[in-house]
Amino acid sequence: MLIDVHAHFLHDRTPRADWRERNASRLRAGERVGITIHVASILGSWGGTSPTYFPSLPDLRYANDWLLALQRQHPDRVRGYVAVNPNYTAEALAEIARCLDAGMIGVKLAASRRANDPLLDPICRLAAERGVPILHHIWQHRRRDWPGQEASDARELGELATRHPRVPFLLAHIGGGGDWLHSLHDLRALPNVYVDLSGSGVDGGMLEACLDAVGVARLVWGCDLTIETGWAKLRYLEHLLSAPDLERVRWRNAAAIFPPGAFPSD
Amino acid sequence: MRTDVNAFVGSYPFRRVPGTSPDAVLAAMDRVGLDEAWVTHLPGVFWRDPTEGNAWLLHLAREHRRFRPVPAVHPGLADWRDALRAAGDAGAPAVRADPTFYGIDPAGPAMRALAAACGEAGVALSLAVRFEDGRQRHPNDHAPELPAAAVRALIRSDDRVRLLVTHADRPFVEEVHFGSTPAEAARIWWDICWIWGPPEDHLQTLLATVGVSRFVLGTGQPLRLPENAAAKLDLLDLSPGDRAAIESSNARALAGGRTL
Repeated sequence: MLIDVHAHFLHDRTPRADWRERNASRLRAGERVGITIHVASILGSWGGTSPTYFPSLPDLRYANDWLLALQRQHPDRVRGYVAVNPNYTAEALAEIARCLDAGMIGVKLAASRRANDPLLDPICRLAAERGVPILHHIWQHRRRDWPGQEASDARELGELATRHPRVPFLLAHIGGGGDWLHSLHDLRALPNVYVDLSGSGVDGGMLEACLDAVGVARLVWGCDLTIETGWAKLRYLEHLLSAPDLERVRWRNAAAIFPPGAFPSD
Repeated sequence: MRTDVNAFVGSYPFRRVPGTSPDAVLAAMDRVGLDEAWVTHLPGVFWRDPTEGNAWLLHLAREHRRFRPVPAVHPGLADWRDALRAAGDAGAPAVRADPTFYGIDPAGPAMRALAAACGEAGVALSLAVRFEDGRQRHPNDHAPELPAAAVRALIRSDDRVRLLVTHADRPFVEEVHFGSTPAEAARIWWDICWIWGPPEDHLQTLLATVGVSRFVLGTGQPLRLPENAAAKLDLLDLSPGDRAAIESSNARALAGGRTL
């Protein structure tokens, strides 16, 4: 069993004309790597009719519906995070309830609002009530604001996680850009924050540093935009970890933080 | 036979990297099934005189036949031709220059002179676009990335020079390849370490558009996990011939038959 906790799909209203090919490529590569379940999100229209990190309500609803359809089409391979924009609080809460009721298994927060903003609290309370994790987009050690997103870093996510200790948070793509070592220092004392190993970065020493900072119990495997880097990290972990510990990273840790029954052999 | 054309030995100044000793790099090569590696003395890249690491590197390659040395040449130093000559005499498959780290114009007269001398000597010139993702570099690590325009300028500056460009991504490769004549593009080899696989499929696209003959296996180890390059190839549906070309025979063509 292998669970990719950080996947994405595209749809027909994104700017990408090759959206079918990219989706098919993800599933095909997943078969080769041995990915059992892709836990995915779609960030609105990916910039088509609203910005990727500031998606409009219609774009979010369309994307979430599309992902629900994909989950129904591939019940053995795809699960969904409901993506919301916390600036529309009431609508975000209603969308989360709607999509969880329809079978999604987590919440995706990207970069529409800083992670430590009180506006995220109602969403976290609902996540706690429903027993689902939150995957939060992170810029590792954000030193300034970047155009196109109100990105958060590990310290800001840590403030949110401290306010909501019952919610498991996945710190997105430790290899996805920025100073991952800085993030790891912030995570040591945050027991409800898990490190998502995805991202295009495959730095030597990064996995050892992750293990040192949070231990094997708080590592979850994923790919994000580059499946080969996920596979490379998995191959290297085979040399770093015992077989039982490798199983934890491959899927057992994920199975423990998503709702019971979210995965086939869970 | 699998050849890694992009490997390093020695410590990195901007963060702790495990596995930088020669023995550790050899162990990593065993782990991923690499037979030989073209290696750079990593600390030297950041020295005022990067050639001060060359003697150690050449000695290392004599001790460990699976290493092939890629000595540094700094064309801004008065005696740079001696360093190039020594590399050629030692059978190095390539020399390297990191002009932005040396603080010289990457397409300026010194680099053009080096390109011409490499062309005349029949030694390939290796250039790295970057060492780390720009978003994570140390606050004091300010050297600019190698611009694509510099690669275009250097390949045009001498019609014999062969270039190995490492750590380039798809837009960089396309900009240089399609911004060069076919004859120029045929003298540039690209390592695959920074090119994305699925689902974006950048490498698959480039193999179709630029051609298999232009790509070589490079890992960037130990700064990067060498497993990445192998995983990338394992995700492609390559014929045995194409895979062998990327893993070894293209590197032999790049080296121009130079052996230790």
